[in-house]
Amino acid sequence: MKRNRLFENIVHGIFLILGLITVGCVLLITVYLIISGIPAIKEIGLFNFLFGKEWASTAAEPKYGILPFILTSVYGTAGAILIGVPIGFFAAVYLSKVANKKVRAVIEAAVNLLAGIPSVVYGLVGMLVLVPVIREIFNVPDGASLFAAIIVLAIMILPNIIKVSITALDAVPKEYEDASLALGATPTETFFKVSVPAAKSGIAAAVVLGVGRAIGEAMAVMMVAGNVANMPSLFESVRFLTTAVASEMAYSSPGSLQRNALFSIALVLFLFIMLINATLNFFLKRDKEK
Amino acid sequence: MNKKRKLYIGFMRGAMIVCTAITAALVLFLMGYVLINGIPNISWELLSTKPSYLTERIGILPDILNTVYIVLATLVIVLPLGVGAAIYLTEYAKNKKLVAMIEYAAETLSGIPSIIYGLVGMLLFSNNFGTSLLAGALTLVIMNLPTVMRTTQESLKTVPQSYREGAFGLGAGKWRVIRTVVLPGCVDGVITGCILSVGRILGESAALLFTAGFAHALNGIFTGLTSPGATLTVALYVYAKEEGEFGIAFAIAAILMILTLLINLSATLVGKYFAKRRNV
Repeated sequence: MKRNRLFENIVHGIFLILGLITVGCVLLITVYLIISGIPAIKEIGLFNFLFGKEWASTAAEPKYGILPFILTSVYGTAGAILIGVPIGFFAAVYLSKVANKKVRAVIEAAVNLLAGIPSVVYGLVGMLVLVPVIREIFNVPDGASLFAAIIVLAIMILPNIIKVSITALDAVPKEYEDASLALGATPTETFFKVSVPAAKSGIAAAVVLGVGRAIGEAMAVMMVAGNVANMPSLFESVRFLTTAVASEMAYSSPGSLQRNALFSIALVLFLFIMLINATLNFFLKRDKEK
Repeated sequence: MNKKRKLYIGFMRGAMIVCTAITAALVLFLMGYVLINGIPNISWELLSTKPSYLTERIGILPDILNTVYIVLATLVIVLPLGVGAAIYLTEYAKNKKLVAMIEYAAETLSGIPSIIYGLVGMLLFSNNFGTSLLAGALTLVIMNLPTVMRTTQESLKTVPQSYREGAFGLGAGKWRVIRTVVLPGCVDGVITGCILSVGRILGESAALLFTAGFAHALNGIFTGLTSPGATLTVALYVYAKEEGEFGIAFAIAAILMILTLLINLSATLVGKYFAKRRNV
């Protein structure tokens, strides 16, 4: 009996360790990023690093200002949200409330496919279709620009926005809608004036999730944004926080200030993501409490 | 009905239909474009050889094998960890704060962008035992842990409490109950988690660039895991961005697209199959 108890305790212990692995991973990632991100910030100076307008890591007198990357990431994400959210939102309302079962199943499968397409495939198509089209239409020397990245990101966040919004809209109690219909509102009015406000936390969560995905995307953006460390402008070649890390990591030598600065950029990106996660949790929790 | 109201309704209806149509058209275009440009470039030679400078031939067999190795290695490690964590949460954990902490950690993990996983993977694994598929796989383990954990947890919740009570009532210990009653009940969650993870691993590139590298050597699984290698997505990136080989890139893109389709299809089928079995 005693041996049995011991055995059960050991099993319990093993499962406890397995359960704590996720926590350990988060701690490990956080600690590693902070440890490797701090030295360069110390050397460059926090203010110069965050608000310096020039990034020239390989120049004779290297400059490490990441304001262009921060602004590009912010603008790029904002642009993607501005385009992606309305499209995703209306599509979600249609799929959740209007579409019949078959249409919904087919389009939902399509949306799932969109979510599953690897980001390099988006990058490839963006590079060969979108970039030349932008060059032609807007008559700019190179189509690889912030604008191209915004479009690609908008498409990439679309499935997240649609799926999360649909879940939120599906969860709206039918009674709300019935009451509104009984009071003489048309179905369309009911969907937008009753169902959508009732699902607003979930839809907000969808938007925040989209922000997180857009700000964290690297490969697709790397292939269409041109990758020059300019201050952001719509038809200019730009670099995001993610692509700044990715594009120089391969040739920076370990231990150099350049590589350390890349880790600092990653730390800044990580802080952005943590902030977004906290916001997301806020919305999700509010949804649950209701 | 006044004019303003009619206009509002008309506009909203129009917007809904247009936006849904845009979404559908986008998917159709992407599918069509990639498949039309990619499939003609897929040849037996491409699939069955490795790249050779001598004959100026490009083959993607090493990349295919690398992808298979990395998928297998990741699943072998992530499954026990994820399933174990889920079992702890649903069967053992009594402390609500601890559960909340673990779940918050899992959510945080699933929100971290892959480029950051790539960096941390490089620091943690590649710097210690070299850029290799194994380093890539370990990075992917951390990435996919929340997915496997969540799907398993969902299916564990559907195992009726009475089963467990019945087993306990017959005198079984906790571990025996888990082994004989709980684990068989979460098979569907584990399979779904597997499928989702495979999809994610296939599509992943940023996290692998600095952890698994981009070599195209043809290796067996054990040498393969300890040496650097490009997966299909990384190879696509290299061929498109660095070498300008768009034909090859499209061929790989088409393969990835077809695989994505198959994965989505199997996820749906598995879901349906188990839902049916549950209801019987």
